[in-house]
Amino acid sequence: MSETTEATSRPRSTKHPQPRPGDPPITPELVDEHGLSPEEYERIQRILDRTPTFTELGIFSAMWSEHCGYKNSKRLLMLLPTEAPWVIQGPGENAGVIDVGGGLALAFKIESHNHPSAVEPYQGAATGVGGILRDIFTMGARPVAVLDSLRFGDLDSGRNRYLFSGVVKGVGDYGNCVGIPNIGGEVFFDRAYDGNPLVNAMALGVMKREELILAEASGVGNTLMAVGARTGRDGIHGATFASEELSADSDEASRPQVQVGDPFTEKLLLEASLELIRSGHIVGIQDMGAAGLTSSASEMAGRAGSGVVLEMSDVPVREPGMTPYEILLSESQERMLVVAKKGHEAQVREILEKWELEAEAIGEVTDDGHFRIEEDGTVVADIPALPLTDGCPTYEREGVESDEVKALRARDLSEFLEPRGDLTDRFLRLMESPNIASKDWIYHQFDTTVRTSTVVRPGGDAGVIRLQGTNRGVAATTDCNGRYCFLNPREGARAAVAEAARNLVCVGALPTAVTNNLNFGNPLKPHIYHQMREAVLGMAEACQLFETPVTGGNVSLYNETDGQAIYPTPVIGMVGTVDDVSQVVGHGFRSPGDTLILLGENREEIGGSEYLYRLHDGLVAGEPPVVDLLAERRLQHAVLALIQQGLLKSAHDCAEGGLACALAEAAVGGTGGPLGLSVEVHDRIAPVALLFGETTGRIVVSVDPEDEASVLGRARNHGVPARVLGHVGDPGDDFRIDSPEGAIRVPINEVARRYRNTLADLMDRDSDIPGGESHAST
Amino acid sequence: MKIAVVTFPGSNCDHDCYRALKLLDEVEPEFRWHRDRELGAVQAVVLPGGFSYGDYLRAGAIARFSPIMEAVVAFAREGGLVVGICNGFQVLCEVGLLPGALLRNESLRFRSHEVHLRVESTGTPFTSRYRKGQILRVPIAHGEGNYHAEPEVLAELEGTDRIVFRYVTPSGELSPEANPNGSAHHIAGIVNESRNVLGMMPHPERAVEEVLGSTDGLGLFQSMVDHLTAGVTT
Repeated sequence: MSETTEATSRPRSTKHPQPRPGDPPITPELVDEHGLSPEEYERIQRILDRTPTFTELGIFSAMWSEHCGYKNSKRLLMLLPTEAPWVIQGPGENAGVIDVGGGLALAFKIESHNHPSAVEPYQGAATGVGGILRDIFTMGARPVAVLDSLRFGDLDSGRNRYLFSGVVKGVGDYGNCVGIPNIGGEVFFDRAYDGNPLVNAMALGVMKREELILAEASGVGNTLMAVGARTGRDGIHGATFASEELSADSDEASRPQVQVGDPFTEKLLLEASLELIRSGHIVGIQDMGAAGLTSSASEMAGRAGSGVVLEMSDVPVREPGMTPYEILLSESQERMLVVAKKGHEAQVREILEKWELEAEAIGEVTDDGHFRIEEDGTVVADIPALPLTDGCPTYEREGVESDEVKALRARDLSEFLEPRGDLTDRFLRLMESPNIASKDWIYHQFDTTVRTSTVVRPGGDAGVIRLQGTNRGVAATTDCNGRYCFLNPREGARAAVAEAARNLVCVGALPTAVTNNLNFGNPLKPHIYHQMREAVLGMAEACQLFETPVTGGNVSLYNETDGQAIYPTPVIGMVGTVDDVSQVVGHGFRSPGDTLILLGENREEIGGSEYLYRLHDGLVAGEPPVVDLLAERRLQHAVLALIQQGLLKSAHDCAEGGLACALAEAAVGGTGGPLGLSVEVHDRIAPVALLFGETTGRIVVSVDPEDEASVLGRARNHGVPARVLGHVGDPGDDFRIDSPEGAIRVPINEVARRYRNTLADLMDRDSDIPGGESHAST
Repeated sequence: MKIAVVTFPGSNCDHDCYRALKLLDEVEPEFRWHRDRELGAVQAVVLPGGFSYGDYLRAGAIARFSPIMEAVVAFAREGGLVVGICNGFQVLCEVGLLPGALLRNESLRFRSHEVHLRVESTGTPFTSRYRKGQILRVPIAHGEGNYHAEPEVLAELEGTDRIVFRYVTPSGELSPEANPNGSAHHIAGIVNESRNVLGMMPHPERAVEEVLGSTDGLGLFQSMVDHLTAGVTT
């Protein structure tokens, strides 16, 4: 197979692009509407050495938006650790890639679709899943799992139920149709997300190491081809839209900026792309995602250090009369840009046709370093590619903590520690909190077992899939408690990383790498920038210590509605490796009579807890739980070793709702049905904090009574405090916790009933289910 | 023996079925493409789950017109074993090899979880390895699995032992709570009159290994092998 390297035959235009008929004049107002500051506009003029055309202004607006240009986050992201011997591809590509052994590599990434989902929840969430899947298969990897990390306002509002219901259906319908199992994620409800839900989707893909392909437009004379769906007028300026605050009017006015997804085309595109990559007929491939053709073509040129020329009249469009501006900025879904080897275009077309898709040659790779756009041979845009993709100005802003948060954090919480005695009622109210109650209502709408590789389904600490043809596995989780991050962004981010790693070891996986989704408000506000900087610093410290480098991710800023920002929510998507999937353990108890052991220490911490929010009228105050990273690391090493030695029958970490809720989740989470338990704790701390406080670094395990001494001894050898809490009971027994000053006693079946029915009871009272055409089967 | 697994555009359980068949020493699974006009020398056909043609119009409604389906129908009419799982079941109903239709789930929501099935008939080439009344744990994942047929059709299915699987509680009872989609007579799977064509909504191919949570689906594929092996030797 020979590769032609002759210079392009296309005559090079030396003329500057001229305005098209009908282009609006470039005024300060127009520049402002494109989200560019006067300084940024001056920089554009310097780069071009002239006034940009309307088309060029649109191109810069998209590429220098926060979404594509990371202008307010880039300098912070540079603080994160990104390297380890097992990292094959770090940040900057469509997805990060790590070595997972056996000659296999794992591509994985998380991405947000917050703004579209706030406006049109079904399509917003569906296209979020579509986009992240394309990021995975454009690396050459077959998608094997998705996770979703969701945040909504409280469910007592009809609007929030509508958003929640639509997002869940959108995530489900898209992934179900493409045939990728959903293996986990998280959902969190708090008034801070009223009107600005967060929809972060994560995907994992597997490939042989040598199948990795990068998104580069290299090889002068090679042909750029538009592949997949046609380009329409949907989603124009989606990237710029995503970089603005929402307001009450966003709903109607922004709907045309939301794209519409077609998972059937995606499935065909997935199969066709993987076949193309394996065929050797192409040198690069990239999703036309945010900022569409503009970002895919210019970024591919920028990475390769080459140039590209695109002919707009060759782009397959859905309707006549589309301007270059519209074609370049459309975010129509299920489209790819492929760089075919010169002379191999027919073979590329043949593969696409097999999958009933189109492929059109729309341009070629040049050696002049320019991103050049022509319309019927006339140049309408001509921009140096590198300054366009990498020259976006980056800002380090002033960060100042808000006085409001300082006051909330300093608040004395001792009055809330008073209740003593029978705490059963408080416990049951917590179990009924949507943040703690079973999420089966969600997961039952997701196909979790397609691809016959799912070892641990959603609902446990982390999802696990087997790598086909091996005994090895990969585990994944997403975590972040926005309340902790609001009260103390640095501690909250440390806690998110620690919890993600803890969740992975609870199933028996070694944490290996991170993809992050930084969801924040408007970075131009000093207290928001403070949150961003502190969160990144906390994340960097914890990722360094756990040896889980960040291989990429996504930044979503301007998450504000009518000036009110969401909680800072730096979501951690973490992956880990499992040497032998037959050793994996679940979170649920397995056998009556097993010994319950607590690994880690109880502390009197109640700040930022679900208990305060749920039982004290939405109170969010106090110092969130403080993470002792070194103790956490010892704990995780111990649990991983104990699972690998086959000594644990279940493992579950303490998170929202504390020790009592962790025990309850394990008691009702077994595959054989709910089992009672009897536990005694003797710590001299307020019973409310003991039972419901969210001190980190604690894992509850169940073990065969014969292994009790061995587990205690081994844990202590790792430097981990370990003690017997009690025993697993029979089906139908009581759930019983006694402590010196507080107790819980209730039949386990009552706990199970409340835990399981909460979400369905809240959601199924609405008769209308939002969403587009439903996809039906598998 | 060779067993064909048909891939339509949008099939997403084709590889799962292939892998499940591959676990049996006697079976050589082979993919067939929707545009193929011939099945070739195969002893059985699997129509896998997925969203053939995006489920546009109606689940299975377009797949029935794809070129391969003519060959599948001819194969079935000659007595060849055909099993349609989930979307494959919908295709078999659309093409007329099985009676009835699969409507949207009563809940109007996609349902994906493990269900319990009771084996109602062991007198089929697909269930000889099971005991009558045996309870199987198998996953479902569908939005349109609500089996519907005219009363006389249901009566005929009942009267001729053609209901193969029903949704039941873990202890084997019929109850509305155990019926995940509202199917008439709790039907999860049926065979045609000659008993060589099986359609079922649950996914036996997803319950073939301990590590996946259940091995209860394996018996279905083993039963087919038994039947085909016996057919060859006698």
